[in-house]
Amino acid sequence: MAKYNLNINGKQHDVDVDPATPMLWVLRDHLDLVGTKYGCGIAQCGACTVLLGDVAVRSCSVPVSQVGEQKITTIEGLSEKGDHPLQVAWLENDVPQCGYCQAGQIMNAAALLKANPNPTDEEIEAAMNGNLCRCGTYTRIKKAIKAAAQR
Amino acid sequence: MARIKTSYGRRSFIKTTVLAGGGMMLGFSWLAGCKPDSPNGELALPDNWYELNGFLKIGENGVVTIMSPNPEIGQNVKTSMPMIVAEELDVDWKQVIVEQAPLNTDIFTRQLAGGSQSIRQGWKSLRMAGATARHMLRQAAARAWGVPVEEIITEAGTLKHPASGKRAGYGEFASAAANLEVPDEVELKNLKDFKIIGTSRRNVDGRKIVTGQPLFGLDYKREGMLITMMEHPPAFGMKLKSFDDSTARAMPGIVDVFSINSYPDDYERQWSDVAAFNEFVVVVGNSTWEVMQAKKAMKVEWERVSEAENTENHLEQLASLGEKLAEVRRRDGNPEAAFKSAARIIERSYSAPFLAHNTLEPMNFFAHVTEDKAELVGPVQTPEFMEKSVSARLGLPLEKIDIQMTRQGGGFGRRLYGHFLVEAAVISRKVEAPVKLIYTREDDMSFGTYRPTYHATYRAALDENNNLLAFHVRAGGIPESPLFANRFPAGAIDNYLAEAWSVESNISTGAFRAPRSNFIAGAEQAFLDELAEEMGKDPIEFRLELMERAKNNPVGENNDYDPERYAGVLKLVREKSGWGNEKPGVGRGVSAYYCHNSYVAQVMDISMKDGQPVIEQVHCAIDCGIVVNPDAATNLAEGGIVDGIGHAMFSELTFKDGAPEQKNFDRYRLIRHSEAPKSIEVHFVENDTDPTGLGEPPFPPIMGALANALYRATGKRVYHQPFMGNRQVPG
Repeated sequence: MAKYNLNINGKQHDVDVDPATPMLWVLRDHLDLVGTKYGCGIAQCGACTVLLGDVAVRSCSVPVSQVGEQKITTIEGLSEKGDHPLQVAWLENDVPQCGYCQAGQIMNAAALLKANPNPTDEEIEAAMNGNLCRCGTYTRIKKAIKAAAQR
Repeated sequence: MARIKTSYGRRSFIKTTVLAGGGMMLGFSWLAGCKPDSPNGELALPDNWYELNGFLKIGENGVVTIMSPNPEIGQNVKTSMPMIVAEELDVDWKQVIVEQAPLNTDIFTRQLAGGSQSIRQGWKSLRMAGATARHMLRQAAARAWGVPVEEIITEAGTLKHPASGKRAGYGEFASAAANLEVPDEVELKNLKDFKIIGTSRRNVDGRKIVTGQPLFGLDYKREGMLITMMEHPPAFGMKLKSFDDSTARAMPGIVDVFSINSYPDDYERQWSDVAAFNEFVVVVGNSTWEVMQAKKAMKVEWERVSEAENTENHLEQLASLGEKLAEVRRRDGNPEAAFKSAARIIERSYSAPFLAHNTLEPMNFFAHVTEDKAELVGPVQTPEFMEKSVSARLGLPLEKIDIQMTRQGGGFGRRLYGHFLVEAAVISRKVEAPVKLIYTREDDMSFGTYRPTYHATYRAALDENNNLLAFHVRAGGIPESPLFANRFPAGAIDNYLAEAWSVESNISTGAFRAPRSNFIAGAEQAFLDELAEEMGKDPIEFRLELMERAKNNPVGENNDYDPERYAGVLKLVREKSGWGNEKPGVGRGVSAYYCHNSYVAQVMDISMKDGQPVIEQVHCAIDCGIVVNPDAATNLAEGGIVDGIGHAMFSELTFKDGAPEQKNFDRYRLIRHSEAPKSIEVHFVENDTDPTGLGEPPFPPIMGALANALYRATGKRVYHQPFMGNRQVPG
């Protein structure tokens, strides 16, 4: 076990865990931030996507020991009032079906828009290809990302 | 105005005492600060709730809580079912809070997500619940105002007496209405007066989903709750021999390691109790990661108790056993003679592999079992059935089993089989603590109730002028046949033969979105396409001719479709897609199918880019009766289309020595963003028929449209799913 002081959603959090523990489980089990989802555990589905700095990472494959002082943003901290342009666009396009993958989709899209505020369709597809949606809401996700990029 | 007897589901209207402020306990809010599910942000909660029937309660401030009875697996019933109640109650949707109802067989009927039946079978009882409450509110106002109840009208949560100009909100009379007798008969609205049904309303959980609030089974937490995972046999046909838990036990955070039996040997299983494995090694600990590590560190020995099946053998069986095992399910005319006299016989074979459901939220359930009761919370499509299983396993009466449903991260049929409730309950009893059982993705994918693997051979007999003389389908699978003997084109062809066959297996299978249809639709629609081409006919015209025959002069009996509605969706998709005017460079395929009481026709456009197919557009026409929530229905159809394309194109579960060869998404291919259609247009046939199924019907036919469009785009026909796999040999 080891102690870590983590910057998550703009706040400092202390945890005492096995250094190999993936951030996903630190968030879900130790900090009660359950918006970040478990889907595969091997960085293949994107359900656990969070921002490390401005970059989208699969939190199931990032051990807590590697985070250091980098800032982590989860879906709970993407905006204060749930009004990030992506969140608004997601609601306006009524994107979710089961909803389980959507936090990961939104976080991945947030990193995309930070790096590329006006992505083409092809750029959206390439950036989002690591995020599975088992319900098949891909066309709506693309629409919502384009709508958010307009804002 | 339609009148409806309220006797149906009468138990729903058993009077309850007025609930004080704590009435929210009826609902499902497990975390402090968890806001109710208002479609429109936050509403001021009333001081008192007055329950008018089991479906709804009204606060003194006019806010209405509507219970959503059925499991929400992504089909959006948590929004659309309450919309139906709100319509007949005649209330402003903005004043509605939706709560997920727990399993309660005294109030609700058929709390099940399956067969695309929630809206169809809930239609009457949901309307009645709203209409009954509205009537009681009108009665209460009529008494107070001393006027005949017939003179009281309602509008968006307001009671009005036009003659005197009196008016009041529902909240003012909620208390009085709750004390009235339930009427024997109530009036339902005319369809033309609908204000909510037929309008698009957003997902009531939308805000929670996009802000990451706890909703799903995996998110559920309870004070003192332990995490548990299980190790099951690595292959079908194996069972536990022995295990060494010394390393695992000593690992940090581990509370206990032991083995359990889930179902007793003498227990008579229901259909929802499918589970290939019954004995497990269980790890219980404090946190998910610690339990995962201990699970990996266990040394378990397994032994083989039945055959080790292989995909290689499955393929051989599928290709060779049909003729030998086939049993006739339907025969019209004299197909054998017609085939003998044929100038030409077209024969093609189709197949599809086993599939894993792969709900993105893996199987999981919370259980807290004490001496005299069991509490279970989580994602399950069959709570009523699983309550019986848990009750039998624990030896507790049904009324001591409490099941609450979370939002579910996908269902697709996997959560119809709720063995994980039994497993969680057994583990909780053993450790005497609340536990949450979690399947890893690998556990989930290798302990499935898979879609069976299927095969179908189609034959058509043509005369020298290319007239269709006879049609023959021989469909089989492991372990079940996908045949629907009475569906189209049965009824449209004089000489028709349908045969079924199957081979047993020790691999556990079950319903997967649109069971059996999810293969046979694509096979049949691809064969009809090839047949139309051989006959020199337009594929839509060919189908319409057959439907015309089935309508005017049907062959045989028990034809399981309405040819007119069937033709209707084909005509609509022909019009909407601009059939016959496709862009140059685009390969276009059509398909149409009937299942779950609904009709769907689809046209797909494929272009080739760098030698790879790109799905440019899908046009989809649907006749599912009245559409409750059009944009959500469109979303569901879009999802079905993407899902169908993905599975037909990429997905398969193969077996070696009884073990699944794909255990996670590195080897199991699901459709991804760039592979989805660039555009999907969904069109609903406008009608006033009561609603029918929607979750499943758009899924099966798209596989046919895909095969047919691929042919037009590439010049090559595909017969064996997954189409992008390496098994394409001429059928």
